[in-house]
Amino acid sequence: MYYVVSIAILVTMALALVRALRGPSVYDRVLAVNVFGTKTVLLLSVVAFLYGRPDFLDLALAYALINFIGVLAVLLYFQRRSMNRASGHKSAD
Amino acid sequence: MDVFDIISWVLFVSGGAFVFIGGLGAIRLPNFYTRLHAASLTDSMGTILILTAIMFQAGWSLATLKLITILGFLMLTGPTATYALANAALLSGMKPGKPDPDEES
Repeated sequence: MYYVVSIAILVTMALALVRALRGPSVYDRVLAVNVFGTKTVLLLSVVAFLYGRPDFLDLALAYALINFIGVLAVLLYFQRRSMNRASGHKSAD
Repeated sequence: MDVFDIISWVLFVSGGAFVFIGGLGAIRLPNFYTRLHAASLTDSMGTILILTAIMFQAGWSLATLKLITILGFLMLTGPTATYALANAALLSGMKPGKPDPDEES
C-alpha cells in the first residue's frame, strides 16, 4: 500500500509540474511549486516507511520549513514588484 | 491482519485519492482562484489522511512524534501560504470569476 500512495503522489507531482510549466500567470507557477513542495514532504514521509528508514522524517521536516519560507519570499518579491508597477514607478526590468 | 493495518490502509487509499484529485483540479480548472481552491483544500485533507495513516503504521515511537510535528507544521503553513498567494494575486489586479482567455483545455 506504500506503493499505491507513492504512485498517487508522484502522478500529482507530475501534474503540478505541468501546471508550473504552462501556467498563464506567475501566481499559477507559485501555486504549482507550493503543491510540489508539500507533495515532496508527503513522499519523503512515505518513502521513510517504505524503506524502513525513519530518519528520512528529519529531511521531510526540514523541507517543509524551507518550502514555506521560499514561497513566502517569492510572493513578497512579486507583490512588491506589482505594487511598484501599479504606482507608476519604472522598475529596472 | 491487524485492525490498525486496516485503518491505515483505508486512510492511505483515501489520502491518495484526495492527493490525486487535488492535482487533477490544479490542472483542469479554468481560473486561478478555482485552481487555488482545489489544490489547497485537497492538499490539507490529503496531508492529514496520509500522515495519520503513517502514524498508525509507526506505533508509539519517536517517528510518531516527528510525524505529529510535521503534521502540525504543515497545518500551520499550508493555509498561510494559500492566503498569501490569494492576497498577492488579488492585489496584483487579477479578477476572480472569469476563466482565463488562453486556457485551451
